[in-house]
Amino acid sequence: MANPANEKLIEVTGLSRQYGSLHAVNNVSFDLRKGEILGFLGPNGAGKSTTMQMLCGTLAPSAGEILINGVDLLENPIAAKQQIGFLPEQPPIYPELTVDEYLLYCGKLRRIANSALTEALDTTKQRCGLQDTGSRLVGNLSKGYQQRVAIAQAIIHSPDIVVLDEPTVGLDPIQIREIRMLIKELGKDHGVILSTHILPEVQMVCNRVQIIRQGELVFNESIDDLNKRMRSGSLLLAFNKPPAADILQAIDLVEAVEMLADGRFRVHFNPDASPAETIVRMSVEQSWGLTELTPETRSLEQIFVQLTSVDAADQEQAA
Amino acid sequence: MIVTIALRELRSMFLSPLAWCILGVLQGIMAWVFLIQVDNFVLIQPRLAGIDGAPGLTDIAVVPLFGLLGILLLLVMPLMTMRLISEERRSKTLALLMSSPLSVTDIVLGKFCALAVFVLLVISLPLLMALSLNLGTDLDYGQILAGALGLALMLFAFIAIGLYVSCLTDHPTVAAVLTFGILFMLWVVNWAAKAGEEGAEVLAWLSIVHHQESFHRGLIDTGDIVYYLLMIGLFILLAVRRLDAERVQA
Repeated sequence: MANPANEKLIEVTGLSRQYGSLHAVNNVSFDLRKGEILGFLGPNGAGKSTTMQMLCGTLAPSAGEILINGVDLLENPIAAKQQIGFLPEQPPIYPELTVDEYLLYCGKLRRIANSALTEALDTTKQRCGLQDTGSRLVGNLSKGYQQRVAIAQAIIHSPDIVVLDEPTVGLDPIQIREIRMLIKELGKDHGVILSTHILPEVQMVCNRVQIIRQGELVFNESIDDLNKRMRSGSLLLAFNKPPAADILQAIDLVEAVEMLADGRFRVHFNPDASPAETIVRMSVEQSWGLTELTPETRSLEQIFVQLTSVDAADQEQAA
Repeated sequence: MIVTIALRELRSMFLSPLAWCILGVLQGIMAWVFLIQVDNFVLIQPRLAGIDGAPGLTDIAVVPLFGLLGILLLLVMPLMTMRLISEERRSKTLALLMSSPLSVTDIVLGKFCALAVFVLLVISLPLLMALSLNLGTDLDYGQILAGALGLALMLFAFIAIGLYVSCLTDHPTVAAVLTFGILFMLWVVNWAAKAGEEGAEVLAWLSIVHHQESFHRGLIDTGDIVYYLLMIGLFILLAVRRLDAERVQA
């Protein structure tokens, strides 16, 4: 607690989980600091949910260690779980209870003192936009509101760590925006881990990204590093009077030139030093009639596909 | 924590029509049988008056109620216990409980206590009916209390068994059928015992209903109490172990 900025909320080392002979999660290590929103990406069946369930103590790992705020989850589960709020893949709701009854029940389960319970209920409902639904039955609410109730359940005891498994699934675009705002808000004073299939969501909400493939962590970088990675080294060029490819090739900093089918060129170079300026100057001097110059960026999707496709490991080695 | 879980369970139970329905139907049947028994007693009372040590009103009108209630609940308890854990697992609320700072024992005991309260309610209604006879005559309170205690202990054992079976499956109906099977086997297990045969005593001891007899006579036997406590403890322990193992194996 002495150093809130650097405080490690979660420290996972060598986490593994086997189902029979299947390694659902294999030797995964990572940590989460205060104020971080960690995005967990991976194709279906990669082990995202398994990892999250292990973090929240609903599944016991086959090997490895989980420290929650310095408390060992396996040795001292009750103290550790008090610091966690968990939203499972399916909202864990009792449809026959009203929103207030449900949230109060969850608050009691999380050991909020009776005196603080009403206040916790009010602030949580406000944060999740549930002020007007307190006396409605959870089962009668729309999917979006049920999801909000489920998120409210995860944060009612203001845990240090909030784990959200696909929080925006099944919501309409407006609700998705609201939930994202809420998650960003939560990230200010909690540590948040969220898993999702929606890649832009990660770029919008998270400040660190982890990609998991076949139970192994293949990517773990901050969103800034990711943005750097996405600046790939290529330009798209089109000319009225195109020069020969080897003239382009000869330009300083250019590594390779590709002729495209529609008469355009793709020029590859080292991402740290762009030849764009030189190309523009030469085009003016030698009147090639430059009509298009587009820096290409790799999308997160491309990175994701590259890392998670089956032969990703070979590609990594080749690169 | 146990209280929190038990209260939630009771609340859900009484928000669904099932609990009310069971209470109503049972009470209806009990009232009908009770009326017949009281009627019979009035008919044969003049003859009983002449016999020394003849059965009294408590023996004829009240004690049979306990026996009947036992049989009825043999059928009904599986319906009440079937959803205890399997429903939570199906609706994924088990994840909520498991990720909360509670032990598995809290969860199991909370569930057990909720149904125990329901069972006490089920017993208390016919009991009140029987006690109304007090307006016109004297009752043997000792015998009635012993009978009620015996019945309650047996029903607690039913709950423990049903709770364990509910941990085994996701499907409430499967849990109900299995529970009924186990309860019925325990009910009839001593039918195989022939007097004097080797092992007959063991089979008789195993029978869940055999231990009711002395309670019905107004006799509180420590041996019988121990039998029920063992049953309750064993199946609660099994349920805890089973739920705990789920995190490890699943």
